[in-house]
Amino acid sequence: MAFYVVQFLTGLASAASLFLVASGLSIIFGVTRIVNFAHGAFYMLGAYVAFTLTERYSGALGFWGGIVAAALAVAVIGVLVEMLLLRRIYHAPELFQLLATFGLTLMVEDLVVLIWGPDDLVGRRAPGFKGAIDFFGQNIPSYDLFLIALGPIVLGILWLLFQRTRWGILVRAATQDRDMVAALGVNQKWLFTSVFALGVFLAALGGALQIPRDAVNHAMDLRIIVEVFVVVVIGGLGSIIGAFVAAVLVSELNAFGILIFPKISIILVFLVMAVVLIVRPWGLFGKPEAPARRTPGLTVNPWRPLTTNERFAALAALLVAAALPVLNNPYLLTVGSEIAIFVIFAASLHFLMSVGGLASFGHAAYFGLGSYGVALLATKAGLPMIVCLVLGPIVGLLGAAVFGFFAVQLSGVYFAMLTLAFAQIVWSIAFQWVSVTGGDNGILSVWPANWAAGPAHFYWLSLGIAALAVVILRIIVFSPFGFALRATRDSPLRSEAIGINSKRIQWTAFVIAGTVAGVAGALFAYLKGSVFPDNMGISLSVDALVMVLLGGVETVSGAVIGAIVYKALNIWLVSQTDLSKLVLGGFVVLIVVAFPKGIVGTLEALLHRRRKSASSSASPLLASRIESAE
Amino acid sequence: MRGYFVGAGLAIAVAAMASSAMTTPAMAQSGEIKIGEINSYSLLPAFTEPYRKGWQLAVEEVNAAGGIGGKKLVVVSKDDGGKPADAQTAANELVSSEKVAMLAGTFLSNIGLAVSDFANQKKVFFLAAEPLTDAITWSKGNRYTFRLRPSNYMQAAMLVEEAAKLPARRWATIAPNYEYGQSAVAVFKKLMSEKRPDIQWVDEQWPPQGKIDAGPVVQAVAAANPEAILNVTFGADLVKLVREGNTRGLFKDRKVVSFLTGEPEYLDPLKDETPEGWIVTGYPWYAIKTPEHDAFLKAYQAKYNDYPRLGSIVGYQTIKAAAAILAKANSTDPEKLITAAEGISMPSPFGEITFRKIDHQSTLGAFTGRTALKDGKGIMVDSAYRKGADYLPGDAEIEKMRPKD
Amino acid sequence: MSMVPTLLSVESLTKSYGGVHAMRGVSFELRAGEILALIGPNGAGKSTCFNALNGQIIPDSGRVRLLGEEITGKKPRLIWRMGVGRTFQITATFPTMTVRENVQVALVSHGGELFNVWASTAKHARDEAGRLLDLVGMGAYAERPCGELAYGDLKRLELAIALANQPKLLLMDEPTAGMAPRERVELMRLTARIAREQAIGVLFTEHDMDVVFEHADRILVLNRGSLIAEGSPEEVRGNAQVRAIYLGEGLVYDARHREGASA
Repeated sequence: MAFYVVQFLTGLASAASLFLVASGLSIIFGVTRIVNFAHGAFYMLGAYVAFTLTERYSGALGFWGGIVAAALAVAVIGVLVEMLLLRRIYHAPELFQLLATFGLTLMVEDLVVLIWGPDDLVGRRAPGFKGAIDFFGQNIPSYDLFLIALGPIVLGILWLLFQRTRWGILVRAATQDRDMVAALGVNQKWLFTSVFALGVFLAALGGALQIPRDAVNHAMDLRIIVEVFVVVVIGGLGSIIGAFVAAVLVSELNAFGILIFPKISIILVFLVMAVVLIVRPWGLFGKPEAPARRTPGLTVNPWRPLTTNERFAALAALLVAAALPVLNNPYLLTVGSEIAIFVIFAASLHFLMSVGGLASFGHAAYFGLGSYGVALLATKAGLPMIVCLVLGPIVGLLGAAVFGFFAVQLSGVYFAMLTLAFAQIVWSIAFQWVSVTGGDNGILSVWPANWAAGPAHFYWLSLGIAALAVVILRIIVFSPFGFALRATRDSPLRSEAIGINSKRIQWTAFVIAGTVAGVAGALFAYLKGSVFPDNMGISLSVDALVMVLLGGVETVSGAVIGAIVYKALNIWLVSQTDLSKLVLGGFVVLIVVAFPKGIVGTLEALLHRRRKSASSSASPLLASRIESAE
Repeated sequence: MRGYFVGAGLAIAVAAMASSAMTTPAMAQSGEIKIGEINSYSLLPAFTEPYRKGWQLAVEEVNAAGGIGGKKLVVVSKDDGGKPADAQTAANELVSSEKVAMLAGTFLSNIGLAVSDFANQKKVFFLAAEPLTDAITWSKGNRYTFRLRPSNYMQAAMLVEEAAKLPARRWATIAPNYEYGQSAVAVFKKLMSEKRPDIQWVDEQWPPQGKIDAGPVVQAVAAANPEAILNVTFGADLVKLVREGNTRGLFKDRKVVSFLTGEPEYLDPLKDETPEGWIVTGYPWYAIKTPEHDAFLKAYQAKYNDYPRLGSIVGYQTIKAAAAILAKANSTDPEKLITAAEGISMPSPFGEITFRKIDHQSTLGAFTGRTALKDGKGIMVDSAYRKGADYLPGDAEIEKMRPKD
Repeated sequence: MSMVPTLLSVESLTKSYGGVHAMRGVSFELRAGEILALIGPNGAGKSTCFNALNGQIIPDSGRVRLLGEEITGKKPRLIWRMGVGRTFQITATFPTMTVRENVQVALVSHGGELFNVWASTAKHARDEAGRLLDLVGMGAYAERPCGELAYGDLKRLELAIALANQPKLLLMDEPTAGMAPRERVELMRLTARIAREQAIGVLFTEHDMDVVFEHADRILVLNRGSLIAEGSPEEVRGNAQVRAIYLGEGLVYDARHREGASA
């Protein structure tokens, strides 16, 4: 019995640190709607800075003072990030801020190694909390008890802050209805900055408090960020109590789950999240989100098919690309093949995100299913390459059909997180089912057949399929189905009122996107000659998101350019420097600031403006629009 | 401007890469021999930094001694970011653009296997430095791949020799939940049970690699009340496990056998919290008194003003071995390199080693010993070098596992 | 009028949220070609009633029948397919499409082509869309981005969309809110003309009493979820209870001087 009590308390201690970080993320998201990917980076910075301070200043004051000072210092960094970077892009398309914070995260991962060195750092134990307390023969670390107490205390302070102060009331109001706060004449800028600072402070505090029990290292951010997102979503976005309950739930399920299934930790949080989202689509304590109001006038120009001239230009560019083998550089051709494959992958996500308005955080699942499909068919069934290339993507299709059915019942961030959960579940199956998938050692020797084995041949194959995939997706965009899909994205209310079954349309789109991703995955398996769980990992899903956002989420085919730029740069940087993350992250941040609508989106806007000013007088429509924009 | 300029963008991107590929001459200059080296520099800097220092020292020594047959040895090093797919891109670049004579390096098992498969497909010589998986020389071995570091099986066999002497009968295991952890536990259990049929395995914990929730894991193991524990976690996970275990008294009156924990990479961060008396494999650089090692230690400390980690040894010996193979083959033809490498013997800081013909595994060994605290730092005591050759299964068994070429 | 068949019949609709009764036993009928106004102070239950009619919410009890067929609790999209078009209080259109495309989507849906992934939408029912836009006076704006439209134009676009499935019944939630006075008159005249020509029944809510009294054939007055008066404009105008409610709200019948107040 004593054991179960202690196990429960241990779970509570884990929950406390999770809660600190999660509450910060939840507050930031609730008010600013920023999916703050850098939250883990702030957590890690908190730990690093606290390590330095607590090593430098001795004694209890040095320790506790160091912890708090570290959290404050990182909060200041957070304020700078908010003011210098995020403020510029609040009006960018949804999720664009994710791109900025992703870039920051990449940079921080390399920076901490540059500043603090590569070794794991083990900090001091907390003065006064070094030992353990005997509980019927079981030991409970006193620091755990401290954390257990701290969780509810922080919860209480936050509750008071939100219930009893004017600032807190504003924050709550902003969480429920952002437009209203803007209308109330509140200085929204500073409200956002202060909220961001508080969120970052909590993350850094969570990180700093890990010093006595963890090793500070440059991978801490990734360890926590996904888990924290999951906790926030399970609890319900913007709900602090929800974050607390979800942190406890996840930690306790883990503490007791490993007694029965020792391998459960790897997948547990995602299973919980999938179940919660299917049963309660807005999390345990969340409220249904009011559909985002689109400010009239801020929308994009209607999409149109390419003109004849543009078609010729695209064809010419394709022909130029097809002539690449004349350079007779096999490495370049494999890189070209890889880029073409990522064009397919990014285009498939773009279809779901831009046309369908469904941002998937787990799109790699269908890429991975395609490549595992190919690998299993080729190695276990010994089927020829051409058959595998056709059948492999069907595995992606089937996966998308099953998961998509549940995912499209949700929308917005909840949709994103459910797709992430499904992707992680698929990933962990690939990771754990060693007898079939080879586990993390993957499946080897999936090399292409002779007709496609030469780098030039494989390049032409990839390029051809990429061009075909992009053209087909474009045709679908401008087909009645594509319009119906955009209709469900633009106005769920109106589309339902004109007889459109949104869920079925979105489900179909999900299946199309999953299948095309499967095509990319199938080709990728042959390009690399092997498949690994990485092929369906979070980082691949994030890469795809970044490509789409970089190209421009409001464009018809911006993902193509986004994929080419990001992938080429990534391959080149990894080859040239060990600090590829720092440079790539810096580049992403620069792009975000310079091209707030993505590369293609910004170029389009520039071109549009030039055309507009060329056609002289502003239209009377525009004038009346400004009047009615109130 | 809108639109899907697949081709245009692709062409631009590719042109950019072409120009970069052109600036580094695609063909090896005469008078140079290139080795392509790949490792997880950005993902695992704690291990790969000392490793890099090690191979850089070796390159310097080889060239100071006249290079290889009068040609200068050049190592072109690439980061794989910890991803097998990126490692293959790097391998491809090294082989196609840099025209390297051979590939070397890698740390993670799955990356080692990916590069090994690539080498087999493209018929390139590959000297795997660090991946521990048994598959790379056995079940998925191929004629182009050789491996330097003592494998999972060898390290397990070394530890079992000590562990079997313990009176403990009730054992629990804690290992990271991926192939390395799984196969380390499996081999250890198998070898242990062969020697000690009386042993019971009372609990196993599989925390995800890099994400251990140490408190509940420690509690769970303690609840099974084992007499001894096998640990396979390392790095940050190990630190958390040790800290929780120390506080909660898990290691009190229990024997612990632990993979790799004696390596400075993993032992040093533990500082004064190093648990005492664990039976570990590792690298007690401060306690090795052989002329070969002294020479290496002196050169290393002179160059870097730092002590070597195990990674330094691996990096150093990888390039030394590559140079020896290249010199013996007197050619960069892969087939000749294989012929030269099979059965080659050479000196190393740990004494003479041989790359076996039967499975391409080197006989580099490892040190076992016990952890202890000295001046607030963890060290290995009672350490003994165990030659790799003594801890490999019989030839018949290997022939059964290893696919025919 | 009595010869015209009943188009919509509503029987004792009830809906409550928490303890609040949004509708209590609302019953009325609507005939083809008839223009019926539903009025009442804020919070009287007008929107709830509207939403119950097109399936946006499910009433606690009561029935709604369209040409004798029960539609209570059906999904909006199915009710639309049975011939009910609707406009919204806050316009709901597709801002990333052109004006014509907005109508084309509705026509695609009406034509059962929603899952056609291969055809070109641009060519789909282009002329029909143009005809509908001309009908509501938006023909000149057909190629404009919908997101650039003024509010009054959006209302007219919504009407065109609502007419795309050749509806039998039009539900218009504050169709003239946000419009200039002259636009209001134009839109309502247009609506009335279409309703008479095509024998469409129209139910609308409106704050602007001028619009109501000028264009409605019949008026229903809702207060606190209950129907308190029903009849011709003259009858309702003379109803003391209605007067009391509206005076209590501080509103006057003659809203001529409140232009634009309801935006």
